[in-house]
Amino acid sequence: MRGIMDYSFIVENTPLYLEAALLTIKIAACGIVGSFVVGIVCCLIRELKIPLLSPLVQVYIELSRNTPLLIQLFFLYFGLPKLGIVWSSEACGIIGLIFLGGSYMAEGFRTGIDNVPKIQRESAYSLGLTGTQTFWKIILPQAIATSVPVFCANSIFLLKETSVFSAVALADLMYVTKDLIGLYYKTDEALLMLVIAYLIILLPLSLISTWIERRVRYAGYGNTGTL
Amino acid sequence: MQDMGIQVLFEGINFQRLLAGLMVSLNLALISMAFSIVLGIVLGMIMTVKNRLVRLICRIYLETVRIMPQLVLLFLVYFGAAKHFGVDISGEMAAVIVFTFWGTAEMGDLVRSALISIPKHQYESGYSLGMTKLQVYIRIILPQTFRRLLPSGVNLLTRMIKTTSLVVLIGVVEVVKVGKQIIDASRYENPKAALWIYGAIFFLYFAICFPISRLSAVLERRLKT
Repeated sequence: MRGIMDYSFIVENTPLYLEAALLTIKIAACGIVGSFVVGIVCCLIRELKIPLLSPLVQVYIELSRNTPLLIQLFFLYFGLPKLGIVWSSEACGIIGLIFLGGSYMAEGFRTGIDNVPKIQRESAYSLGLTGTQTFWKIILPQAIATSVPVFCANSIFLLKETSVFSAVALADLMYVTKDLIGLYYKTDEALLMLVIAYLIILLPLSLISTWIERRVRYAGYGNTGTL
Repeated sequence: MQDMGIQVLFEGINFQRLLAGLMVSLNLALISMAFSIVLGIVLGMIMTVKNRLVRLICRIYLETVRIMPQLVLLFLVYFGAAKHFGVDISGEMAAVIVFTFWGTAEMGDLVRSALISIPKHQYESGYSLGMTKLQVYIRIILPQTFRRLLPSGVNLLTRMIKTTSLVVLIGVVEVVKVGKQIIDASRYENPKAALWIYGAIFFLYFAICFPISRLSAVLERRLKT
């Protein structure tokens, strides 16, 4: 009995996993896009030192980076409805992911901006560009290029974080797995399919991000780039 | 005041219970972290050897751990091991195994990158003074590595603490579980308990992780040379 997989069980339940995987991908995609936008906005607010908003963004970033996603989700899903703010599991998942991801993206972009050599800014000023012009035309394009790998790493991180969504009753991969184990005690089959499902989602992304990282390594000024 | 519901935090020993629950997760995090540091240093040193096969094996281990969500690893150990080895491991045990497994990989990678960032002449000067390989490592390389490692290591600790919150999903009684018990117990007299309990847990985590990540940032600035 031990070590033998029940293949018909696997085939039978593949649609369940497929559905769950699609849900995971959908939520992750919304979360990643949302985080990207929030990240850029937060980063711009801090870079341009907009009064009032800038300290608020700082508080948000610290709160979001120093708490686990699971706890954020519990608060959003079980806590906030007591104030009359009721979300569906899906909305809650996406908002939670954006809340978490936004700060990571913002930090990533900020590092990108910080990494632009100081001489770039100075040269721009000496050519008579204004502060705003320098930021938009000199700093930002270079910063974006260097933060692409960070963006990729964050996207993979967020995709992995979606695994906790079963806690707020989203029928994702973990949820289906736990369900099947509980219902039929087909532990091996369920776990195998879980691992395969995550591999199918994450492996290509991981490979793509490694490739992109190698491509943009010579994006900065002065790196003539040897492939 | 009555319908605010914040009093749920201070009724009886509720707050102490929450703190005790938090200690459970923190304990798991600290134990796993201690193992990860020791094993990670060893792994990091192994990862810098010249043998390609050894490096490949380490690489595969690292990538496998990195690509899988930690919760999946937890499920594998918690549900899988129980069935296959016939051992009924507790959630805590599974958590320590998985987080050590994960932490060792992350720590190993940090140690590796710190080790290769030490200039080659440091090794060579050591050898030319007649020191053995072990002496060079212990007296010259590791002390320098330590300085470079400290900020990212401290940062890993906050990640570890945040990750241990997952153990509630494999049935360990920790802060979230205690919170749920309190909420269930006061469902009728205090329907808004969930807001305050989960809010409190949120800020408890923040209160622990924030100082540590500040420390990491300060160390990074201080030790940058």
